[in-house]
Amino acid sequence: MRYLPLTDSDRGEMLAKVGASSIDDLFVDVPEDARLNGPIEGLPMHMSEMAVERHMRTLSKKNLAAADAPFFLGAGAYRHHIPASVDHLIQRGEFLTAYTPYQPEIAQGTLQMLFEFQTQVAKLYGCAVANASMYDGSTACWEAVAMASRVTRRKRVVLSGALHPHYAEVVKTMAKFTQDEIGDSLPALQAEPDNQGLITRIDDETSCVVVQYPDIFGRIPDLAEIAEAAHAKGALLIAVNTEPVALGAIKSPGELGADIVVGEGQALGVGLQFGGPYLGLFAVRDKKHVRQMPGRLCGETQDAEGKRGYVLTLSTREQHIRREKATSNICTNSGLCALAFNIHLTLLGEKGLRRLAAENHRLACIAADRLVQVPGVELLNGTFINEFTLRLGQNARAVVRKLADQGVLAGVSLGRLYPGVDGLSDGLLVAVTETTSEEDIETLASALEEALS
Amino acid sequence: MNSPNQSGWKPEMNASEDSIHSGPATVSGNRALMLEEPLLFEIGHIETTGVDLPDTDIAVGNRLGGMERSDPIGLPGLSEPETIRHYTRLSRQNYGIDLGLFPLGSCTMKHNPRLNEKVARMPGFADVHPLQPASTIRGALEAINELAHWLIDLTGMHGVAMSPKAGAHGELCGILCIRAALEARGDAREIVLVPESAHGTNPATAAFAGYRVEDIPATDEGRVDLEALKARLGPDVAAVMITNPNTCGLFERDMKAISDAVHEAGALVYCDGANFNAIVGKVRPGDLGVDAMHINLHKTFSTPHGGGGPGSGPVVLSEALSPYGPLPFTARTKEGVVHLVEEENAADYGHTDAFGRMTAFHGQMGMFTRALTYMRSHGADGLRQVAEDAVLNANYVLRSLDDLLDAPFGASGPCMHEALFGDEGFGGDLSTLDLAKAMIDEGYHPMTMYFPLVVHGAMLIEPTETESKAALDQFIASMRSLAERARAGDESMKQAPFHAPRRRLDETQAARKPVLVWEPSDE
Repeated sequence: MRYLPLTDSDRGEMLAKVGASSIDDLFVDVPEDARLNGPIEGLPMHMSEMAVERHMRTLSKKNLAAADAPFFLGAGAYRHHIPASVDHLIQRGEFLTAYTPYQPEIAQGTLQMLFEFQTQVAKLYGCAVANASMYDGSTACWEAVAMASRVTRRKRVVLSGALHPHYAEVVKTMAKFTQDEIGDSLPALQAEPDNQGLITRIDDETSCVVVQYPDIFGRIPDLAEIAEAAHAKGALLIAVNTEPVALGAIKSPGELGADIVVGEGQALGVGLQFGGPYLGLFAVRDKKHVRQMPGRLCGETQDAEGKRGYVLTLSTREQHIRREKATSNICTNSGLCALAFNIHLTLLGEKGLRRLAAENHRLACIAADRLVQVPGVELLNGTFINEFTLRLGQNARAVVRKLADQGVLAGVSLGRLYPGVDGLSDGLLVAVTETTSEEDIETLASALEEALS
Repeated sequence: MNSPNQSGWKPEMNASEDSIHSGPATVSGNRALMLEEPLLFEIGHIETTGVDLPDTDIAVGNRLGGMERSDPIGLPGLSEPETIRHYTRLSRQNYGIDLGLFPLGSCTMKHNPRLNEKVARMPGFADVHPLQPASTIRGALEAINELAHWLIDLTGMHGVAMSPKAGAHGELCGILCIRAALEARGDAREIVLVPESAHGTNPATAAFAGYRVEDIPATDEGRVDLEALKARLGPDVAAVMITNPNTCGLFERDMKAISDAVHEAGALVYCDGANFNAIVGKVRPGDLGVDAMHINLHKTFSTPHGGGGPGSGPVVLSEALSPYGPLPFTARTKEGVVHLVEEENAADYGHTDAFGRMTAFHGQMGMFTRALTYMRSHGADGLRQVAEDAVLNANYVLRSLDDLLDAPFGASGPCMHEALFGDEGFGGDLSTLDLAKAMIDEGYHPMTMYFPLVVHGAMLIEPTETESKAALDQFIASMRSLAERARAGDESMKQAPFHAPRRRLDETQAARKPVLVWEPSDE
């Protein structure tokens, strides 16, 4: 077996050294009646590298890859061009095969990268401090809600209706076990986010208000007035961003008064990967909240010779020290995805990020203008960056399926996100990025026209 | 191939003076291949970009509703050559499995096969959106379903929740299933029993799920005290969380009796699967009465640790708990078509009691494809050999060091995949930490330290099955030398490491005045 270096003569020598006559002697503590006497039946035996690759390629080819079709899906996962050097660098064995940097003397590469990552995220979000990443956007969103309860000592949570429904579902699932009381609502198909409706739901017992920015329909809510209303009642504003590229074009949530900013970082460096692994981003606007944050933090310090270096710090919040009193049970971050994000954003730089956002917006405007020319199609959004909602006047989910059969990945129907909600069933979310060509837009427009007629 | 160090350290030698020939200081601060690298923020510029993009003007005719950014963000960029050099230099300050033995107990740092990486990057897996229509993702769902069946078959369990994102997330999933099952039968229980030797995530998870945590006592030989456990069980106990093999590196031989007693008391058994590598293909947790166990794909099934994630923590479930597993998951119909089961169609599959959803999408697909590739490579026969070699390697280390390092449970029988030592017999005021830092100078990543808490100055060594005998012999030679120095009270070890990119770092300063983001200096 190619991954096992011991030879039979090695095994013999080693058994002799440990005083065992056979390998079974080392499994003597496993009850005999539970011990398996041979390979588990029904599972295949070992395979050559070539044979495994062939099997996996067969499975891979049964999927329609985004690059092989006009592609317009978003709703929390976005396709962007990832420079080749990102994947090259994250595959360096010193990054790929390293452990969590608990031994800082031999992990400065990971630690410095995390320090840079934290700084990039904090700046992008307009916050004072960001952590070293979380599992993904949805779990980061829940952790933010839990943190708000710790900070405010209140248990009533107001979720905006225009929060990604899967994120809302994760929050509601977790809240069942922490007795947080979650207030949510369905979004209404209207041009502008319903800020006033949201504000009227905030009261003196509200711990936090959770608002997606840009929201699930692609609209851009003005967070400032929500922040003001929340703060007036002693509640925190949690802003959720699922598309970091958008923040190259619009004001940061921190700048608008959000207290905790969380999001999905997948759009930069990570790729679609059928939903994971992704990259949870987590930041706080005010340094005073640092000790209530979940997740790992990397901090600057000095070594015994006075050289600058980095360590994981403030670990007294964490489970391996605090056990049942920890701020979260989380024991890992999404290190390699954070590295990919860090490298991609370094390659872009501020100039590249702004250009990328602008190019996304330019193409999205072209797409929106073209698609509303299709008879029966209306644009919902008053505002958007690189994703918007169309109303098709008929069941959008059926249209998406029909177009998929023609090799066009048209977008995410609201029926897919809100199954069984009649009022939303004609909505189609369309995401447009720099990977979308004008030809793709034309293909979608004609395919839609045919499908709707 | 390296041979074991034959030079032999002798107690009268002073390592710090004998082996340091640092030479004159260099202007750059570099030392040949050991290169210092500034922060991105010190070398990059906000006008620099390494990506060619059109200079689109967003100011005119946009649809941003007046929300456009005006102030600079403060994100410096680097050109592509500078980027490659920056991160390549950083990478060289890291230790990784590719460089050498990584004996972190309970972390299973084994070789990461590169075929896994190649497969995960196939376009049908890497470039597919989680919300694509079913007709365009058949192969992805089949891959998840195939992996699910491997996990079920290898553990002898009934079902599996694939979505948890990491081990601790999987633990949470398992405990939430237990709570949902107990609530469904109207049985509010308050206590979860956890051994003192457990991973810190266990009590943190139980506490999150609303349970009070109590310790389970251990016997002198390092195993759960069955009689004491039985005495504590009662109508207030919801679950027992056990790690098997446990964190002392021992198999809980009474596991079946423990499970029976727990079930008799109306409670459920959670097994921490972090140490599954020791028993994969040798014994199935389902046959020992386990109700839920998470599996770290990044440990047993070789997906890379990546410097701290991403992990993946599917949870296998007994028949009693399967109905409560979270959405989504995959199901294969009689016709052989694999479907995604979510909130809208769960009833069609009779899965109406799911406790909810743990994450936005379907789990760590990129880790699933790597793990499945690994399982297919080893096959049922190879995975069994994995466990055997992992256990043999650990016992070889245990018996090659137990004359010099105190092995508190050395008399409790063979260890499983990890060997546990304590600091008894160290001279002067030398500690486990000092020995660990001296390992760095020998070219090794330190072992897991001060864990489990039940052993003073614990050192938990897990070599894994992917180490050759020659590599183990070299490691043993280093460890013997270090153990002798520690016993002799060699004070120079307190200064180690000498040869790493950094000397010991001041963690107190880092925590007292946290600097967590870069800020321009005032100078």
